[in-house]
Amino acid sequence: MSSIGTGYDLSVTTFSPDGRVFQIEYAAKAVDNSGTVVGIKCKDGIVLGVEKLITSKMMLPGSNRRIHAVHRHSGMAVAGLAADGRQIVARAKSEATNYESVYGEPIPVKELAERVASYVHLCTLYWWLRPFGSGVILGGYDRDGPQLYMVEPSGVSYRYFGAAIGKGRQAAKTEIEKLKLSEMTCRQGVIEVAKIIYGVHDEAKDKAFELEMSWVCDESNRQHQKVPDDILEEAKAAAKAALEEMDAD
Amino acid sequence: MNSFDSNPATNSLISSEADSQRTLYPYVTGTSVVGIKYKDGILLAADMGGSYGSTLRYKSVERLKPVGKHSLIGASGEISDFQEIMRYLDDLILSDNMWDDGNSLGPKEVHNYLTRVMYNRRNKFNPLWNSLVLGGVKNGQKYLGTVSMIGVHYEDNHVATGFGNHLARPLLRDEWRENLTFEEGVILLEKCMRVLLYRDRSAVNKLQIAKITEEGVTISPPYSLKTFWNFSAFENPTHGAEGSW
Repeated sequence: MSSIGTGYDLSVTTFSPDGRVFQIEYAAKAVDNSGTVVGIKCKDGIVLGVEKLITSKMMLPGSNRRIHAVHRHSGMAVAGLAADGRQIVARAKSEATNYESVYGEPIPVKELAERVASYVHLCTLYWWLRPFGSGVILGGYDRDGPQLYMVEPSGVSYRYFGAAIGKGRQAAKTEIEKLKLSEMTCRQGVIEVAKIIYGVHDEAKDKAFELEMSWVCDESNRQHQKVPDDILEEAKAAAKAALEEMDAD
Repeated sequence: MNSFDSNPATNSLISSEADSQRTLYPYVTGTSVVGIKYKDGILLAADMGGSYGSTLRYKSVERLKPVGKHSLIGASGEISDFQEIMRYLDDLILSDNMWDDGNSLGPKEVHNYLTRVMYNRRNKFNPLWNSLVLGGVKNGQKYLGTVSMIGVHYEDNHVATGFGNHLARPLLRDEWRENLTFEEGVILLEKCMRVLLYRDRSAVNKLQIAKITEEGVTISPPYSLKTFWNFSAFENPTHGAEGSW
């Protein structure tokens, strides 16, 4: 799995003989080792969820937000190096406000994803810049309905109906594939995302985690917001119950 | 965020390009805004006229706008500068919302922000040519303030801009009292607006009344006041005036 670059991995402007850019792959590793981030596109909106690993008991719950609003209608969940993620979010916010001030309408999600991806890619083209050590799941609701995009440190961005990055991504993706997303509302989606995150959380390796979720859906008036506390608690309870059922088997 | 400084023409104080961009006089202007505190919150009134000098050019200009969840702004003066102020406020409210921390900017904060903007522009000799009224309610506290184009700001139980200061405020000083009901407030404001309609040349007979309470903002659809022009004093207005015959 970890192939040694031996000399071809010293700079992001060097290709290896088999056509890989190792620095970008190493940047992706930073994302792979972070807490799981999940995003799904339901019938009426997007739900984003983050497994926020708590590194210290002194941390206040609700601090160190991993999901950020980019504009009224879209939000972004980051995985990987937190500080790098903050830069990507700052850039996305600035692109969104700039688009609106020039074109007079909220930035279409597709356009926002392209701009973010191209910015992330930019930082893989010069030897004096390092690639971002964070990947982003971007969800938004515009005229064409709800859309979900994922941007990786390499700068590639694809549109998804379900995406996961971080430690538990394989397991999470398997779970997402089982869901019938096109028939699900965001209310149900919130519960499913909570179940997935609780499910992929490895109790042995990482102790405590905080579940952070947000949505953009018809119910939230197509605005990006934190999932309301009562719905969040409902989802957490359902997730814990589902876990106990699984353990009992 | 502020693209003001990236424009080289407006950056230097000495460059001659900068002079051609400073505001010298207003073009399309709105006239008075009147605001009062009442039992449940604030009431603002403004007509819908946009004058082009002495021509009453635009008659559907909305001069009262909500700002965020807790405030209402009314503007008189240059309409394009008001539109720019609304853009600044939209950016301000958006940034505030994106924190998603359960807090939101209240009327006092917005008023302070506007004061800073107006005063700083005045110091650069490039003012936003407006007099603004900012009212709102947050956590049960009512707030009503005003800012002028030179940055003069204060808060009071009743405020007005332009001609409203001369014609409406005296009426309000006599007749305003604490805890007016909504109906009493509207009657009082209509009285002020009627006087302004009779006496202010740039007033038009199409106005809106906006109210803001803890629940939110309501801006009335445009309507007009009943007027009576058959007073005998109007028949020969210059009778007995100095120099008349």
